[in-house]
Amino acid sequence: MSAFMSNLLSGVSLGSVYAIIALGYTMVYGIAKMLNFAHGDVIMIGAYICFTMMFNLNMPAFLGVLIAMAVCTLLGVTIERLAYKPLRQATSLSVLITAIGMSYFLQNLAQLIWGANPKSFKSVIPNGSISLMNGSLKISYTTIVTIVASVLIMVALTMFVNHTKMGKAMRCVSEDRGAAQLMGVNVDLTITITFAIGSALAAIAAVLMCSAYPTLKPTTGSMPGIKAFTAAVFGGIGSIPGAMLGGILLGVIEIFGKAYISSELGDALVFTVLILVLLVKPTGLLGKKVHEKV
Amino acid sequence: MAKPMLKVDNINVFYGAIHAIKGISFEVYEGEIVTLIGANGAGKSTTLNTVGGLMKPKTGTIEFEEKNIATMPASKVVPLGIALCPEGRRIFQQMTVKENLEMGGYTRPADEIQATMDDMFKRFPRLKEREKQIAGTLSGGEQQMLAIARALMSHPKLLMLDEPSMGLAPILVDQIFDIIVELRKAGTTILLVEQNARKALEIADRAYVLETGKITLSGTGSELASSDEVRKAYLGG
Repeated sequence: MSAFMSNLLSGVSLGSVYAIIALGYTMVYGIAKMLNFAHGDVIMIGAYICFTMMFNLNMPAFLGVLIAMAVCTLLGVTIERLAYKPLRQATSLSVLITAIGMSYFLQNLAQLIWGANPKSFKSVIPNGSISLMNGSLKISYTTIVTIVASVLIMVALTMFVNHTKMGKAMRCVSEDRGAAQLMGVNVDLTITITFAIGSALAAIAAVLMCSAYPTLKPTTGSMPGIKAFTAAVFGGIGSIPGAMLGGILLGVIEIFGKAYISSELGDALVFTVLILVLLVKPTGLLGKKVHEKV
Repeated sequence: MAKPMLKVDNINVFYGAIHAIKGISFEVYEGEIVTLIGANGAGKSTTLNTVGGLMKPKTGTIEFEEKNIATMPASKVVPLGIALCPEGRRIFQQMTVKENLEMGGYTRPADEIQATMDDMFKRFPRLKEREKQIAGTLSGGEQQMLAIARALMSHPKLLMLDEPSMGLAPILVDQIFDIIVELRKAGTTILLVEQNARKALEIADRAYVLETGKITLSGTGSELASSDEVRKAYLGG
């Protein structure tokens, strides 16, 4: 029982990280109608920045995290301006290829700056755990902080999207870009802000992820990036609650797969889920088919 | 005569390599109902989209209250007092009726939105009943009312309506045309694009006929309604 609970918590914790990354994917997809495959690499850059601030410049953890968020935000906005904006009218295939190119560019850039040797990220969260059930269930602070941070982010983002003017404008652009323009919404600005939010979230995900899985190398972001993309599709791409649900479920599936089926098949299971979802319900768990009334 | 509110001068608009609008010019004066009629693909919607800032003309000028708006994006055009109620309504299906109206007032100060919305509810009581409903669940007629109300939320001086009667039952079509006439009475200038040429000419002060991207005829609504050419081509003989 306690092993089950412990696995469940690790799953939810890992899934929370996937969910935060998936939010970036799904928001950008919803609003700019593109898959930003460089998103995973923005996470990697965020982790390196935080690492550099904390271990090379000896800054306190919270400052490292804040600087990582600022750098990622700037990076995300710059990528959008330089690489994607000129392609606003281009076919989606061109944009996709550009995003993949950007992904390789960021990985190589990181290799140039920080080298190819893995670095050991020390957790920004103090080591230790609390014991429950007479000591048979231990929950690490990392797990607790990860889950709490994700819940806060999800609540804040949901409020932002549903109740602020900019959030509503984003929903409009996501549903019908042309109609949103006719309301007077500045679509370019909306897209920029979406990239900024997604990238800031990527930095948070980076720090949480590296606190739990401390190996940092230039390809650190790609696997979580692809899994978070899977999570976004699983939940229904374009849907914010979908990304949250998809992320958490995927984390749980991965950890349970590793614990009860085979530790080597965890990743394969994740992608099996993607294939099954695409076969059975291509719109994802919470994705909506848009019906048009004539 | 007074200066026109909207003066479109010799604009050329392209979709990629396709020359959709070939040097058209027309004017709309304050307080008028002006209609553009023509067959499918004649360029009526493109003209409205260009004035509304969704497309840019390659050459030519568009002046609104003597200000050149030809290269302005929609987000700059709307605050000047031009609203476009687009073809196919394009309300935000997944948002509530209220949220749709709020979006219509996107460029207006936050403190006046509620009052404008109350005006809309007075004019369209049906929308008040459906205030909290998801807009995609409304009937076609209600969706068209919502689309018009949403456009009015920005307090336009010039309201452009693109095929407002499309796909509606005849009784609703009459209702929509009554609304247009009422709006003009209340001081809004109207630029109307319609397939239903007969009804459009009935309420229009002036009209232009568009054929494959060019204006081929213009005149008062009744002049065009009685012209042989228009009757043959657009009014069924």
